[in-house]
Amino acid sequence: MGDAILHNANLGYLTVFVLSIFVGIEVISKVPSILHTPLMSGSNAIHGVILIGSMWVLGTSHSTLTEILGFLAVILATLNVVGGFTVTDRMLEMFKAKPEPKKKEEEVAK
Amino acid sequence: MSRGTILDLCYLVAAVTFILALKGLSNPKRARTGNFIAMAGMALAIGATFFQPGLSHIGLIVIGMVIGAVVGIPASRMVKMTAMPQLVAIFNGVGGGAAALVAMTEFLGFGGQKPATYVTLEVLVGVLIGTVSFAGSAIAFIKLQELITGRPITYPGQQIVNALLGIGAIGLVIAVLITASTPLLWALLAVSALLGVLLVLPIGGADVPVLISLLNSLTGLAVAASGFTLGNNLLIVAGTLVGASGLLLTQMMCKAMGRSLPNILFSAFGSATITSSGGSQEDRPVRSATPEDIGVMLAYAHKVAIIPGYGLAVAQAQHIARELADELESKGIEVFYAIHPVAGRMPGHMNVLLAEANVPYDKLLEMDEANPQLGQCDVALVVGANDTVNPAAREAGSPISGMPIINADDAAQVVFLKRSMRPGFAGIENELLFNEKTTLVFGDAKETLTKMVASLAAS
Repeated sequence: MGDAILHNANLGYLTVFVLSIFVGIEVISKVPSILHTPLMSGSNAIHGVILIGSMWVLGTSHSTLTEILGFLAVILATLNVVGGFTVTDRMLEMFKAKPEPKKKEEEVAK
Repeated sequence: MSRGTILDLCYLVAAVTFILALKGLSNPKRARTGNFIAMAGMALAIGATFFQPGLSHIGLIVIGMVIGAVVGIPASRMVKMTAMPQLVAIFNGVGGGAAALVAMTEFLGFGGQKPATYVTLEVLVGVLIGTVSFAGSAIAFIKLQELITGRPITYPGQQIVNALLGIGAIGLVIAVLITASTPLLWALLAVSALLGVLLVLPIGGADVPVLISLLNSLTGLAVAASGFTLGNNLLIVAGTLVGASGLLLTQMMCKAMGRSLPNILFSAFGSATITSSGGSQEDRPVRSATPEDIGVMLAYAHKVAIIPGYGLAVAQAQHIARELADELESKGIEVFYAIHPVAGRMPGHMNVLLAEANVPYDKLLEMDEANPQLGQCDVALVVGANDTVNPAAREAGSPISGMPIINADDAAQVVFLKRSMRPGFAGIENELLFNEKTTLVFGDAKETLTKMVASLAAS
């Protein structure tokens, strides 16, 4: 019985999965091409949420081997999270700094 | 409410913040706030996980996180903006690696008991995709960092070797599904790593924007697979969002190249320089001028389009390009940047590069916005771009046929800043170089632009 591909709990996860695909496509299709790099880097940071999974497998491990693998996973996932968010912020900070100098330039141009 | 319910609610909040962050990216003004919101969501989710009932090894977890942060924060803070594509590639790779390790560890934790088939399948998907993403990203990083050549690396029988590895990986997946054998799972890990390396080696520099978005998507899917294994909705939502967005972006990049994904992945495009029929192309007359001449020419223009390409990033000429635009604007000349979607080494590369040089984002026009305006331009200034303005794309029979291009040739005058007559990445002769409207300025883009600014300021 445990071998069935679809029992209720799994169907729940599958539902979340399918709906997330639609949300993902819907949200991303509105991102303008000037923000494609921050989009990649931002979504990069988001998949760093695997850190939670890494914490869990390390925190519930019972052998040296799984402890080592879990520990490595925590390190890699942390790198992913902090690196992803920091890089994205650096990029977006640059995009943010625009409005004021831009107005000045337009005045000069006119 | 039980502790488990509260934790699940925290995860739900985190999932919502991730969606809000992606939504924020629809507008440059809200994008940074969105990123902060996602950071808060991530912090909440991580914090909540510490309170999971039955979680031990807390000390080890904290040590691992400290190591990751100590390495990651300075690396991402200090790296120059021009090295961004590499950095995005490597942070993507470590995520894929983590997802593979999580799946692996979870499987080993079953302690030899055969788990339900669907659990094994989720583990296998996580290991396979996560490892391919990790190894592929590592090679992409090495290529972008120019530790090895950015050109496609090919050898005889490459396609066959890759196909065999692919079949081997699928065979191992089936074998592990039946036997739940741990050694075979290790074998799958090794084969996946090799597959990741070998798949990326033949992909050339100009195709890397497609590759990076595809790898990003793969990591997302690996995370979603781990989410299924662990029964965690947050991992499923976050992983799937990234997977879907990466696939969509991959599709957009393919469209911008006018080529299919299999063609980009498997054709080793740009490995050979295609010499077009003439053969004596180099003897054909081109008009060249000094930067000073162009400076004077620009002084008499009313509207100028700057068309940047990867060469701008290589020469680190984004700041001086901005100075040129400032100088033009101070003379009342209208300036905009025409950005091709695949210019550079990752999606949107040129936009980040120019944003770093404080170019206001409303001056950065997408190809579809820019093209109708090029007809009104007196000068189209092509800085380090080639294939993205090559009119050969409009004709049949060229390797880049069907690729949408920026219509630089619609402008009254075209000025190319080039290092040499060497063709662009696709290895195709660019007819626009020989057009009667075209003037070439040879030399390093940064030096050339500096001289042009000086000459423009004086005239």
